[in-house]
Amino acid sequence: MNKTPEQMNEDLLRPVFHTTWRFWATVGVLLSVIAAAGLALSYQVWNGIGVWGIDRPAFWAFDITNFVFWIGISHAGTLISAILRLANATWRRPVTRCAEVITLWALMIGGMFPIIHLGRPWLFFWLAPYPNERGIWPQFRSPLMWDFFAISTYITGSAIFLLYPIIPDWALVRDKSSGWRKKFYTVVSLGWRGTPKQWNRLEMAMKIMAVVIIPVAVSVHSIVSWDFAMAPVPMWHSTIFAPYFVCGAIFSGIAALIIAMAIIRKALGLEDYMKRLHFENLGKLLLVMSLLWFYFIVSERLTTWYGNEPSEMAVFWSTQIGSFSPLFWTMVCCNFLIPVPLLAIKKLRTITGTVIASSTIIVGMWLERFLIIVPSETHKYLPYAYGSYRPTWVEITITAGTFAAMMLLYVLFAKFVPIISIWELKLGERKPVVSPQLSVVASDLPALAEPTGLATDS
Amino acid sequence: MTAIYGLYPDPGSAERAFQSLRRPPDGVDVSDNDIVILSSEPFEEYEFGRRGHRTVMPWLAALGGLAGGLLGFLFVSYTQRAYPLPTGGMKIVSLWPDGVITYELIMLSAILTTLVTLLITARSPRRSRKLYDPQVSEGKILVGVVNPAEASSAGLERMLRDAGASSVVSCP
Repeated sequence: MNKTPEQMNEDLLRPVFHTTWRFWATVGVLLSVIAAAGLALSYQVWNGIGVWGIDRPAFWAFDITNFVFWIGISHAGTLISAILRLANATWRRPVTRCAEVITLWALMIGGMFPIIHLGRPWLFFWLAPYPNERGIWPQFRSPLMWDFFAISTYITGSAIFLLYPIIPDWALVRDKSSGWRKKFYTVVSLGWRGTPKQWNRLEMAMKIMAVVIIPVAVSVHSIVSWDFAMAPVPMWHSTIFAPYFVCGAIFSGIAALIIAMAIIRKALGLEDYMKRLHFENLGKLLLVMSLLWFYFIVSERLTTWYGNEPSEMAVFWSTQIGSFSPLFWTMVCCNFLIPVPLLAIKKLRTITGTVIASSTIIVGMWLERFLIIVPSETHKYLPYAYGSYRPTWVEITITAGTFAAMMLLYVLFAKFVPIISIWELKLGERKPVVSPQLSVVASDLPALAEPTGLATDS
Repeated sequence: MTAIYGLYPDPGSAERAFQSLRRPPDGVDVSDNDIVILSSEPFEEYEFGRRGHRTVMPWLAALGGLAGGLLGFLFVSYTQRAYPLPTGGMKIVSLWPDGVITYELIMLSAILTTLVTLLITARSPRRSRKLYDPQVSEGKILVGVVNPAEASSAGLERMLRDAGASSVVSCP
């Protein structure tokens, strides 16, 4: 990378200390979209969820699509970061924080939808198990209750996993700032000094978290899938749903991460830190996930078709040649036909190529969530229970608001926290130390006597 | 608090300073507990970076997880009996769904135990004033001694300087 530690400090702290007009313009635009979504949400709360397009038999639609989609996006961060940390992938260093932030915000946005969907969101605390005068208690057998516990655990774990490596960077900002910033960062850096004991405990805590958070992440999306799979609804009651959802979640998560990194890279001038190598490696992961996703789609569709169960076939044909088929085939193009060549051919696996592939995947994965939910609901077991669904402006505005909220939270985060972990980057740039014993052996092997540079990112 | 410390530009010279403080010459009195090392990144490949290395944090996390899981299961099963729902003849306390909640609470407890252990053992946040120099953030490594004996000050300063300190500071 050829950057000195001082240059790294300067480059990566610049966005924290300097605010440009672009920042305010972005915040302004995003806030106006969020305000529109807020108005739509207020209108919905005031009038009830009858203002949505949902009606018998389709009681879940855009809101639960958004819920599953955002919980899926949340798998970008913590899970990928934890896997890369445990695998000690040295190229991970500029990527991990960008990824971990996505998890936290996506979980917050996704977790909001079941609350909105309650119809009376001000009573959402009834989900929490606490002694009450109502004499009722949460139903622990319900997958929706499992969601409450799983998402609470994941959001707590992800926030802590994100926080650990930030503490030393906040201490760095504290030392370089003055005025209100100094006071703020003194509090949030928790008195960090950088003693060997502190470093050791921090790294140990990060390792434990990386081990714990992977099964938590897998469980979260498995439980989200069980919201559907535990119900005797055509094409939902499937044993393949949990791994299929986890695969889709990681798939959409990596796509979101690539897009976020590309925007951050350009907006904050971090081209020297987020290089083609990072996009290429993430692109390869994305390719694997695209192929896996296609495998799951084929497995699911093939077994349904072979079983030829009438109620399931009604849903099946509605997505293959019926009213949902344009969305289904768009999804296949977006998730498989377009990204696979872009990611498989080395010449096309550029930053632009991976970003294009990721953008189509985001669209495709949103459609996938929609197509899991709505066709099954509108084609229940008996034809008299069939129905249709068309979203209203309220649902569309709230959905647009979630994307704006995600971007705004990301922009604000990058304003208060260095978006690349500075100390980890410096650690990666450090040349490996040759111990005295190894030096004696290596002196006979000139090629080994010099540091290999294996720890560098590029 | 009084202190004397050197700021080192590289880990090699910091290691030399650390080793000389651990084996001080006659007339210089340094207790191992009074040696302070601060850096802006971990240096586990050096001996000074491995001070206070032993920790029971993983075991505490595992114990915390087990305790949380047990309490979680007891909580769920107790409340299922306390607020019984019509289950059509099936068990009131159902192990499969309760297992999901128990699993999540095992993980949550392990996460929270790790956090608490980190905060306590790394002594963060702290109220008392501790030795620190903002130049640590510039990449310098601080090696020093807190509350040195007055008679040892001159010897300590010389030792820290001889190890390659870019500057030696006495405070207050």
